[in-house]
Amino acid sequence: MSLVNINVHHVTRVEGHGNILVNATDGRLEEVRWEVPESPRLFEAMFRGRHYDDVQHIASRICGICSIAHSTASLQASEAALGVPVSQQTRLLRKLLFNAEILESHLLHAYCLAVPDFLGVGSVFPLLDTHRDVVVRAMKLKRLAYCMADLLAGRKTHPISCIVGGFSMLPDMEKLAMLRDAFVEALDDFKATVDLFKMITVPDFERETEYIALKDPDEYAFVSGDIASSDAGIVPIDDYLSVTNEFCVPHSTAKYTKNKRESYQVGALARFNLNHEQLLPLAKEASIELGLKAPCQNPYMITIAQVVETVHVAEDSIQLINRLLDSGVSPESEPREIHEGRGIGAVEAPRGILFHDYTYDENGILTHANCVIPTNQNHNNIQKDMEALVPTILDRSEDEIRLALEMLVRAYDPCISCSTHLLQVRFT
Amino acid sequence: MKPQVAFFDFTCCEGCQLDALNIEGQDLADLLDSIDIVEFREVSTAKAEHYDIAFVEGSVSRESEIDRLKDIRNRADLVIALGACAHIGGINCLKNHFSMDEALTIVYGDDAKYYDTIPARPIHAVIPVDFNIPGCPINTAEFLRTIKELLLGKTPELPNHPVCVECKMAGNVCVFERGETCLGPVIRAGCNAICVTAGRHCWGCRGLVDDPNLDAQKDVLAKYGLTVEEIVEKFKIYNTYSEVAK
Repeated sequence: MSLVNINVHHVTRVEGHGNILVNATDGRLEEVRWEVPESPRLFEAMFRGRHYDDVQHIASRICGICSIAHSTASLQASEAALGVPVSQQTRLLRKLLFNAEILESHLLHAYCLAVPDFLGVGSVFPLLDTHRDVVVRAMKLKRLAYCMADLLAGRKTHPISCIVGGFSMLPDMEKLAMLRDAFVEALDDFKATVDLFKMITVPDFERETEYIALKDPDEYAFVSGDIASSDAGIVPIDDYLSVTNEFCVPHSTAKYTKNKRESYQVGALARFNLNHEQLLPLAKEASIELGLKAPCQNPYMITIAQVVETVHVAEDSIQLINRLLDSGVSPESEPREIHEGRGIGAVEAPRGILFHDYTYDENGILTHANCVIPTNQNHNNIQKDMEALVPTILDRSEDEIRLALEMLVRAYDPCISCSTHLLQVRFT
Repeated sequence: MKPQVAFFDFTCCEGCQLDALNIEGQDLADLLDSIDIVEFREVSTAKAEHYDIAFVEGSVSRESEIDRLKDIRNRADLVIALGACAHIGGINCLKNHFSMDEALTIVYGDDAKYYDTIPARPIHAVIPVDFNIPGCPINTAEFLRTIKELLLGKTPELPNHPVCVECKMAGNVCVFERGETCLGPVIRAGCNAICVTAGRHCWGCRGLVDDPNLDAQKDVLAKYGLTVEEIVEKFKIYNTYSEVAK
């Protein structure tokens, strides 16, 4: 009798904690389970009773890697609930700030968390000796993202100056122009990144699923638009609960979701599949070079879609900075009038669509909050991918199966601290 | 053998680990030449049995985390709290204002019974801690300086003056002059008053100075017509665990 027992406790190189469990006898799969044992943090409770001026600050702390996405969704929800308008200047600055996070998060994932698998090492550190140019390039591009966030919001991790109604600090125009020049100069490094990922062979695995992402008629959506589904068309963000349908499962602290099928996928590949026509020219070119074509049903290609998005975001940042330099920026007054009510914020965090839903009383005190996190929306899809993948690779060694499953989970770039946390493979 | 250094995360957002890695290119290369990173789950698959230095990020908020933390303490020569959650409990302790059942029910509804949670606490509430790197998130320069000092066998020291000192040096207009409330007068410096410089106020993420002058803070509040209640609400965001908040 041949037994396959895999038990990866706390998968590494992902943000947060997750376990993979596989159980098979004589080539027959008995159980495969994706578990999320992260410590529950109970943010929805922490928000309760707080003044709107504190809510973004707390929301940001949901996640150290996507704190700008949580901040942006939080501000949108508060502004919608309280009836606070934002200016075009604020919109442009927020988009630019958001780009910093997409860039940093995707670079971290692609270079530091995913590349080691393809080069057969345990982490990015040994690459300093063997592939120093690759590490140096990754660090250089990551710094660019950090510099952009520092300039716009005081810092990248837990941005300071983005507040309800706008910004408490405005960027220096000279530094903004220098940043634009740095992006123009770095376009070669983005090209080199595309070249690096062209050399990587992604495992061959496809499973049809539903893809969900924001869609905006005017641009490749990150901070605006409605909810688009590859199965079911478009739904306004205020109806997000009809799409996410969260439910709890006993083996995970994270909540799971489903819409039209058993599961759906969010993130870079969902965005690419739904919005690829709106990519900027260099990014479109990169997608062709990387062999990424919509609709792509291979979850291992999420990393490739992220690389395409880094190029898009670099181009978009240059354009946004040029617009800001043309129009200039001027101080704006803080909100004076607020009303009670409920508001929904929706953004495309690096890992996919993110919702914050707040209700405030007439004094601007939060009475109810709900957050639906991208990684939570992917948990169920990861589970279904594993159920489809494992039977096709059961003839391989435990180590090979383990690696294939860990790479699958890492491809989703799960952010478990957000969703609560993830990754370990346990073969039992 | 190079010093064996490990990073661990408990209940937190993992932002401090990421900022620890955000050291400028050459400094990062030099640091990695001087130490062996033997565990860092977020970026590496490596595991080890003994650590010269263990950096711990996050609060303790589950029963199972208590044993895990004690185990790390047993295997480490030095345990360093990395960031506000580990140092002072930080934002996680906001849930302590509810009963755990109530907090779980707010988030998970009828499914609350599935989840294990205890009131959040800093790591010093569970194990002896050798040194703290404060902040939410940490200040990368302070992290680099601390690890250098530890590698040289020196005992790092934290500033013991309030944020106001650095805020003045940064040339900021006082937050109280803007009519808002601020924790700067009682909170430990070392952040260069970054939040005030970016147009906000001090949130208290670095914890109290050793002997906070609470009477002086009350005098400041009185002078500007602000209430103790307002500032206590702000103070609770990071410092719920401290005695002063109770």
